[in-house]
Formats: sequence, C-alpha cells, structure tokens
Amino acid sequence: MKALDYVAEVSTVPIGDILIKYPLAVDYLANMRLDRIDESKTLPEILENVDEDILEEFGFDREKVILHFCEFLEAFSQKPDFIETISSITILGGRDKAGNHEMIELTITPGEVVSIVGPTGSGKSRLLEDIECLAQRDTPTERQILINGSVPDFNKRFSTGGKLVAQLSQNMNFVMDLSVQEFLEMHAKSRMISEPSMVVEKCFEVANSLAGEKFTLDTKVTQLSGGQSRSLMIADTALLSSSPIILIDELENAGVDRREAVKILVGNEKIVLMSTHDPLLALRADKRIVIKNGGVAKVIETTEEEELTLRKIEAIDSVLLDIRNQLRGGGFVAKESIPEFQEK
Amino acid sequence: MTSHPFIDVNSMRLITVAGPPSSGKTSVILKTIAALGLSEGSVGVVKFDSLTSFDYQRYNEQKIPNHTAFAGKICPDHHFVTNVEGAVKWGIRKGFSILVTESAGLCNRCSPHVNGILSICVIDNLSGINTPRKIGPMLKHADIIVVTKGDIVSQAEREVFAFNIREVNASATVLFVNGITGQGAFMLARYWQDATDIQTLRDRKLRFTMPAAICSYCTGQTLIGENYQMGMLKRVEFDDA
Repeated sequence: MKALDYVAEVSTVPIGDILIKYPLAVDYLANMRLDRIDESKTLPEILENVDEDILEEFGFDREKVILHFCEFLEAFSQKPDFIETISSITILGGRDKAGNHEMIELTITPGEVVSIVGPTGSGKSRLLEDIECLAQRDTPTERQILINGSVPDFNKRFSTGGKLVAQLSQNMNFVMDLSVQEFLEMHAKSRMISEPSMVVEKCFEVANSLAGEKFTLDTKVTQLSGGQSRSLMIADTALLSSSPIILIDELENAGVDRREAVKILVGNEKIVLMSTHDPLLALRADKRIVIKNGGVAKVIETTEEEELTLRKIEAIDSVLLDIRNQLRGGGFVAKESIPEFQEK
Repeated sequence: MTSHPFIDVNSMRLITVAGPPSSGKTSVILKTIAALGLSEGSVGVVKFDSLTSFDYQRYNEQKIPNHTAFAGKICPDHHFVTNVEGAVKWGIRKGFSILVTESAGLCNRCSPHVNGILSICVIDNLSGINTPRKIGPMLKHADIIVVTKGDIVSQAEREVFAFNIREVNASATVLFVNGITGQGAFMLARYWQDATDIQTLRDRKLRFTMPAAICSYCTGQTLIGENYQMGMLKRVEFDDA
C-alpha cells in the first residue's frame, strides 16, 4: 500500500481502531502533541478541533498532517526485514600501509567464526570498518567486499543504514534508565515484533546463562556489572538484532562465558568476526586473519592440533575461573587446586 | 589552485549541518572532509554560533579555511538565514568546491535547512532515548541524520535510537559516524559529493519557518511583568483543576 491508500482509511475509520491496527501510531500522535483525543472520532474530525496555530508550530496544516500521518503508516507497515538473506561475504585483498598487495580472497558464511589477530594499531579495526561500509576499493586499504558473491549495488550499500552489521565492543555501556525487561521490550518494539514477551523471556534466560552472576528482569540496565552487561548485549545481539553480520572488538571480560557466547551468536546463523588478543577466542574461530602493518599477512585455518591446544587452554581457563569463584566466595585457595606447570 | 576542468568555478556544493551543542558536529565535519580526500583549501566551513566558539582552532589545525559568525544579541536562527547567502558568496569567491555551514545555538524550534540543499542533522546516542522526538524541525526536515557516539552504547540502544529517529523522519537516511575514529564518515562523504551544485541561494526557500518574533524582549526589555510585554506573545493558561 502507498501513503495515499491510507488516506481513505484514516479519513473514515475512527482513530481508536487505527491505533489498534497500527500500534505505533500512538507515538506519531504523541509527537504531534495530540495525546488526549476522543478515540471514537476520525483523525480529520479530531483535527477540526485542534488550533491551527498548534499545527503550524509543526509546520503543517490539517491536510498535511493527514498526509504525513499516512506516510508514517506506510513507512512502518513495510516488512521489517528488508535486508535480504546473506549467504556469504567475501573479502578481496587491497594493500597494506607499505603499498604491498594483500593476497587474500576469503569467503565467510553464516555460522562461521573468523578471528582477527595482530598487534595493537596493526589495522584490525580498519578491516572491520571496511566490512561495515562494504568497501569497494574506495577506502584507504582498497579492499573490496562482496555480498553473496557479487558487488552490492550502490543503493543497497547506502540504504541499509547500518543495519547490515551489529557491533559489540568492550567500551560499550547501557545509558538508558530502564529495567532489563523494559529495555528488551523496547528493542523488540523497534523490531516490530508482535509478540515480544516470548523473545524477551528467551533473551533474558540466555543472558543469565552467560553471566557469572545472575540478575533479574527488574534490574536497571545501568546497574548491571560489566559481565552482566556484556552478557545481556550478546544475548540481545544474537536474538533481537536484525543484523546478519556481527563484528566484535574484544570480548575478554571477566564474568562472561565466552565459549557459550560465541556458540549462541553462531547458533543464530550470524556471520561473526572478532578482533581479539585472547588465545581462547582466537583458536575457537574456524579461521583467523593475521594483520600486519595495515594488511592481511595471512589467513590460518585452525588445525586439528590447535583444537587440542584449545582444549588445554580451556582447561587452564576453567581452573582460573574456579579460583576466581573460590576467592569471591571468601574461600582459601589451596596450592593443590592449581595443576603443576613447568617453571621457566 | 587545481580545479577540475569540468567544474564550474562559479558554483559550489552547499551542505547545512545542524545539531544540539556537543553532539559532535565539528568532529563529523572534520572526519568527512578528510574522507573526501579533496585538495587542501577546496572545502570551507562557516560556523554560526551564539556567543563563543572554539571550533575555529580545530579547523585551523587541519588547514581548513573557516569563518565564524556570532549572532550575539540577534536570534541565532534569524542571524543564520540573514547571513547564509553571504556565506555562499564568500565560498564561491574563495573557489571552494564544497562549503559547509555548521550551526549551533539554534533552538530546537528551528532548522537551518533549505529546500534542495543537502541537510544534515547530527545527534548523539548519549542524549537520551526521546531526544529525536524532541528536537523538531532540525531533525524532521533533514535529509541525513548522523548519529554519533555509537561506539560507547550497546547495539540495542543504537537500534532503538535509529528507530525513534525514523518515527519522526521516516524518509531520512540514518548514518552512524564515529567522530573520533572517523568510522562511517566515508559514507557521509559520498552523499556530500552528490550534493546540488549551486551558484547562489537567492530565492530558495527554508524548509521550515523561522520563529515569529518582535516582542518587547526581542528589543532589549529585561523586566518581568505584563506591563512590559508587547508584540507577538503566547500566554500559557495554567489549569487550576
């Protein structure tokens, strides 16, 4: 339906029924300061009784309000998921800081995890950025990103409005003054999910399963600990974000089950790229991109031997986790609780 | 000065950038100019402000030609519209290929956006979830809404914020730009490149009316009380119920 098609509906149907059919219309009316209205009347009838000066403050006359309202209904009646399914992204190499060609062509599919490793300042974030803006040999690195094996058309590249890529980083915080439940409901509303209670409940459960310490639905998001916040962000990104690609900039934070976190993200058919210094995460990925001097130096596929190494690292990690829990519980850490390591 | 043979030296692209104080306008402009990669001196900035501004230092550091105009006792919105045509003439004389006007100090009632001229509104993620609904014409009539400081809030808050923007201005493009690293500025630069080439602003129309003024306080009255009030006034009726 086009905006004009809504005009007939809006002109004949009482606003109360419109609000039931298009729940978001409440926000539109509130934004126009039309909040205490007789719901048995139609919008044109209501506007008849509104002072023209008030409408003028918003830059409208009565007719324009109706048209604008219909445009609003049109915009929010579109299918929320207009981003087509992404079956792969491909990174074609550009140049490093010295101008040398990067010899890579790497295709990543949903469910795959790729880690990005390299010294600080080597260009890990730049690679994530190239992916975010779907670089077409027009960024400083001259890399090219393909979607589903072909060049994304210009309009798509610019119209997705940051919806292609979700980002998670260590520096992110919650700033809204809402409880966990209100927060998740608000996010679900913005995704236009009609039955939010189920997904909110699921998100909450997953977040709590990742967090070292449990929290409740009525905890304020701003009062969550670092680990709890990170857990909620991961669960929310996996289950409520529309973006098919997730870029993670560091995830090493105490109080989050990182192994589970990666599993949950991948399990929801996301493409996951994470820049990390953490051996546990780097080796958990299917592949790792090594960045040196602004360019991709190589792509390493995690070998079977490395998977065995990973298990050892995980064992060490869980020993540390145990010790942390003992200390937090006020316990005494016995020397025997730590396995013997060869001293250097 | 190097100029492209096909580009009319008497014309230039104009971009109006507006936004609340400290939302990151200057940082966004600086990063976008860097992303444009044009030769030095081909992009100029006019900063419209109320009383003081320190942004010229940042433009000077980056060797970007700039001019600051203070509204002083004049309403900043009226001051903007009175002088923007002069700014365009200055930019053309200077041979810029792009001129950016940065306006701060405008009240949320107003917007500097002009029909046919690429209009940008900059707001930041930290400013509160309902801010997009409160800003008014500056946001409602913009072509592109740039959201800054997204690197320090959660993905969910970015998505909800963008949603609230869309509720107010469904037709605008929403871009996330990081004013510190410049992430996202590349996309904004692409829009700047496609902005309309103009020779003058004369006879173009503002997208939204300026505030109605001329009351006694406009002309310097400072005393409070009905006896001192004249001209265009709007009185609130306080309910006793």
